[in-house]
Amino acid sequence: MAEIRLENVAHSYDGGETFALKETSMVWEDGNAYALLGPSGCGKTTLLNIISGLIIPSHGKIYVDGVDITEKDTEDRNIAQVFQFPVLYDTMTVRKNLEFPLKNRNVPREKIASKVEEIAEMLGLTEMLDKRPGKLRSDLQQIVSLGRGLVRDNVSAILFDEPLTVIDQNFKWTLRSRLKKLHLQTEATIVYVTHDQTEALTFADQVLVMKDGEIIQSGTSEELYLSPKHEFVGFFIGSPGMNFLDVEILSGEVTVAGQAIGSVAENLQDGKFKLGVRPEFVEVDQAGYEMTVTRVENRGVYQLAHLEMAGMPIIAKVDSSTVLKAGEQASFSFSQDRSFIFQDQKFVSNFVPKSKVSK
Amino acid sequence: MIEGKKKSNRGWFLVLPVVVAVAFTAIIPLMTVANYSVQDIFSPNDRIFVGLEFFRSVMTDERILDAFQRNLIFSLQVLSIEIPLGIIIARMMPRSGWKASAALVVLAVPLIIPWNVIGTTWKIFARGDIGLGGYIANLFFDYNYTNDPTDAWATVLLMDVWHWTPLVALLVYSGLRSIPQAYYQAASIDGASGWSIFRFVELPKLKRVLMIALLLRFMDSFMIYTEPFVVTGGGPGESTTMLSILLSTIAIGQFDIGTAGAFSLIYFLIIQILSFIFFTVLTLDTRQGATKKVKRRKA
Repeated sequence: MAEIRLENVAHSYDGGETFALKETSMVWEDGNAYALLGPSGCGKTTLLNIISGLIIPSHGKIYVDGVDITEKDTEDRNIAQVFQFPVLYDTMTVRKNLEFPLKNRNVPREKIASKVEEIAEMLGLTEMLDKRPGKLRSDLQQIVSLGRGLVRDNVSAILFDEPLTVIDQNFKWTLRSRLKKLHLQTEATIVYVTHDQTEALTFADQVLVMKDGEIIQSGTSEELYLSPKHEFVGFFIGSPGMNFLDVEILSGEVTVAGQAIGSVAENLQDGKFKLGVRPEFVEVDQAGYEMTVTRVENRGVYQLAHLEMAGMPIIAKVDSSTVLKAGEQASFSFSQDRSFIFQDQKFVSNFVPKSKVSK
Repeated sequence: MIEGKKKSNRGWFLVLPVVVAVAFTAIIPLMTVANYSVQDIFSPNDRIFVGLEFFRSVMTDERILDAFQRNLIFSLQVLSIEIPLGIIIARMMPRSGWKASAALVVLAVPLIIPWNVIGTTWKIFARGDIGLGGYIANLFFDYNYTNDPTDAWATVLLMDVWHWTPLVALLVYSGLRSIPQAYYQAASIDGASGWSIFRFVELPKLKRVLMIALLLRFMDSFMIYTEPFVVTGGGPGESTTMLSILLSTIAIGQFDIGTAGAFSLIYFLIIQILSFIFFTVLTLDTRQGATKKVKRRKA
């Protein structure tokens, strides 16, 4: 198991005109599980393929435990990769599939047999060893293709490229918890690519949110949720995503369409900004701001109130006991420490709501 | 309920055009052949019903049996050259860009030339005096396809390979292109050699297109007529007389309609049976319920 370090790695598919992955430096620590989260086309698969060696980056270096592997072939890297769909050799049995990477590396026969037994035991495939993988359930097929990566000694990292994409809905949970368990057993460094926030947040120790070839924030799921450093993180993580209001700041005072609503914690230049607050932190507050309720969605344990403030839509997640009616006025406030000011999509300051200051 | 049960036969009128078309193109001609095969016709007004006599004589006719054997050998040679060669060509073709398009066009050229034009082209090409191919061959050994049975056979075989390998290559190419990139990536992570990639990734995924290629090439080569007819006329001697050439000689040359009719039906049957066997064997493990072992889960 190993630590993976990227130094100024960038990749362009068209010789430098556009970058699928912009210059990135980071360290992936030994034994941690990381998730790369982002919409399709954000460069997460490119980053993954750079680590596995399927793509040689146009710039930068990759080190595994301090050794430069940038130019090394995929097969010499000791990296296991699981793809979007189970990639298996259909004509071979599960056992032959697991033996294949070892046979290609001329591992002695006895060693292969014992290693395959060991991995099959760990993955719970022992009873299926002599079946064709095509006859297994899709989640088990995905486990077999993972097993092919794990049979090698000292796998430095396991890479998952949206491994649950084609898995039947019913088995997604079982497969995900098996993978999680496996991570704890093998203590491998895991990189998990996904566009599903739930998958990322439940699987990984660290989530790296990517957009347009850049990692815009990395942190634990809690950090991403409670203090997003980028508008996109607020919008992409959470359901529904963060509310954004166009605000103006004049000598430290925040106004929405001329109405003063609070102040900023940091000193900022006057100008136009965005105020971001998650629906969970838009709270019913008699001393808050007047808003128009346009629609109320009852989701059982909670309600989603669609509100309007100075013509801008806001969603609030409120208790199901709260009585709200469409068309009426209601008073809400934004909780302190959970509402933020963004400039050029980046976090610049906390927002201090007026009600908490003056009243 | 009662109204629902009332049947209307008007739907059959919609099928009528197809029935008429198929009747005129297939059923009636075939029945005519069947009709001829069971009677000896001397003149339009003078015919005798002979039963299966012609079938019996066809089955024991030395010339026909020889041609059958020859045709079988020819088909086997065609398959054993064109299938591997097609695969090799397809694997070497560029995967994308203008080079891929150019390769496809070049490859498709032999396929769009009419059969008899190909025959004529090769007839001239293989001539020792004015043909480039024949001239070059003569630099290395004594080559004359009009005199030497081996040379004639080789010429016809080579012509078929030139004509039809592109079809196999195109089919295989399309099969190769449909293999997701992840399979190659996984194989390279597994450290698979080029041969292993072919054997364990490509070949299993090519199974279906190869089956189609095999069937098409078998049927076509077993029915080959125009090219050897134009180039060698079935000679020298009977060395390149395939079944179809012999059949047309009997039917049109000797006007032996009864024998030709019986011959046609047997010929037709052989191709049907062989194709059916091919198909059955090759699809054995992919068809549901084909074997007891196969149990496919619904995806």
